[in-house]
Amino acid sequence: MAENEHVLLRHREIPDLDNLVVYREHNGFKAFEKAVTQMQPAEVTEEVKASGLRGRGGAGFPTGLKWSLIDAKSWPHYVVANADESEPGTFKDREIMEGNPYQFLEGVAICAYAIQAHAAYIYLRGEFWQIAVKLDGQIAAMEAAGLLGQNLFGADYSLKIFTHLGAGAYICGEESAMLESLEGKLGMPRLRPPFPPSFGLYGKPTVVNNVETLANVPPIIERGANWYRTNGTEKSPGTKIFSLSGCVNKPGNYELPLGTTFRHLIFECGGGIPEGRSIKAIMAAGASSSLITANDQALDTPMDYESVPSVGGQLGSASVIIIDDSISIPWLINKTVHFFRHESCGKCTPCREGTYWMSHLTERIVKRTAKTEDVALLYDVASQMRGKCLCALGEFSIEAVRSGIDRFRSDFDLTVGASVVSADQEKLTKDE
Amino acid sequence: MLERKYLAEKYAQEIQAILEKYPSDRRQSAVMPLLYLAQRDKMYVSREDILEIGEILGITSTEVASLIGFYTLYYDQPKGVYRIQVCVDLPCALRGAEKFLTELCDRLGIQPGETTPDGLIAIEPVMCLAACDKAPMFQVQSGAGLTYHENQTVENALSLIEQLRRDAAGRRVAGHERGRDANG
Repeated sequence: MAENEHVLLRHREIPDLDNLVVYREHNGFKAFEKAVTQMQPAEVTEEVKASGLRGRGGAGFPTGLKWSLIDAKSWPHYVVANADESEPGTFKDREIMEGNPYQFLEGVAICAYAIQAHAAYIYLRGEFWQIAVKLDGQIAAMEAAGLLGQNLFGADYSLKIFTHLGAGAYICGEESAMLESLEGKLGMPRLRPPFPPSFGLYGKPTVVNNVETLANVPPIIERGANWYRTNGTEKSPGTKIFSLSGCVNKPGNYELPLGTTFRHLIFECGGGIPEGRSIKAIMAAGASSSLITANDQALDTPMDYESVPSVGGQLGSASVIIIDDSISIPWLINKTVHFFRHESCGKCTPCREGTYWMSHLTERIVKRTAKTEDVALLYDVASQMRGKCLCALGEFSIEAVRSGIDRFRSDFDLTVGASVVSADQEKLTKDE
Repeated sequence: MLERKYLAEKYAQEIQAILEKYPSDRRQSAVMPLLYLAQRDKMYVSREDILEIGEILGITSTEVASLIGFYTLYYDQPKGVYRIQVCVDLPCALRGAEKFLTELCDRLGIQPGETTPDGLIAIEPVMCLAACDKAPMFQVQSGAGLTYHENQTVENALSLIEQLRRDAAGRRVAGHERGRDANG
């Protein structure tokens, strides 16, 4: 890919792309028309499958496969676009919806056609109120232009798209909690299985896809799966928007082929670390990340779904937070633990109690009132939560804690005083 | 049985439009937009609003009230006409958001979480707002909605607050002239 060619952030080259006329001048809605007039729904799904597109919300699940799992014996079907973007460090869906909203909306429409849904909901976090107002106007413009409504393109297919605002709950980004919230209930995760493709909104088969995932769909249908695979790696094809933040000179969104190295993102795109400091750690998946030690091996690791785990992290939604050598890791995990404690929905005990007790311990550690055994206790609480939570919120809340203690232990020794403790360290090693 | 029809009459068209978004047998889905509607005038949802929303949707007032407790952008108590919500989560904190919050509160003579003595401006630390590259930043929540303010300094936050105070004074005069009881 040419360094500056954007597939998703095309508004950076094309002014006023959030205007329907301009979007259509740049091939807008050609893919949707092609799908509805020239392709069977299953062919659309097959093309997306062949592209290798993987969900951009964090899990990296194959998008076409998800669509193909939709239960054809139960109707109606729904599409729910996950625009709840709330992971600390993630701000990519916002830029897509603000700058290139019609590509996202076209993706929603194509997905709806592929699973023969006649209604799609866009669930936006409540804080995206301004974006929702704009999207409502853009949806109205599509209706006026005959791109939504009855008998689209003369075919026997109809579709409506609606926005729905959340109200400040991170957990609603978890797909089953989002569906509960959209049904007017508390946003708490469901016990799964069944998964949304068989039991989703109102108990009906539903595809829940992230905004960025859906924005990838129109170019795949327009230009084909083979073209799509010219970017990225074999198992992680396409481009990805990396939200770069924290201790870096030029934070922002960078759309790059999957498989680009951390070093390229941080130093070429992001202009390196401010004030001549050196990089200490990388959180590749926002507050849900483990802390990757930022050595040469890590910096030269390709950012794709397969490679990041090799340096002890996850790509997640590619919200890359940079930590420099002035930052204390206990301070950092106190931040992330407080976030998860605040956002825990309270439904399952390991997460509700675990985040609560972790926050007490991290608070004590940063206030230097911790006892020497408190670091080991914190590690113990985090480890006991592992594999026992109802959803990923609880599971991810321990990532920074465990990796922080494992990989930056000396930071904790400074905080609780010199007397901590080889005995603790031995215990920690044994637990591993 | 509740006789109140305050929201139903005042926002008849909007309520209709909201209900049309959802299947007719799934009216409960409309509870979140209706709570925003109830909150529009006075920045909190009153007990009467809760009862009326329950009536409109055919759900219990307990179900309606539980949402106010669960979701952070709904309130059941008055506190500030404008809520200035400063993100102090990790990425913003790495870019000076905590210092920004402290200085802003110092200049206003209040603590984080408190409201200015005129009852207009509440300053609150909040969780991530998806603007991590443009910290310090905050959102202003009022009954009319939410607006983002990015790459902020204490000085321009203070001048925005002055503007909000002028807006509020203007609205009070206009409201008084219409003889409207804002508390329904």
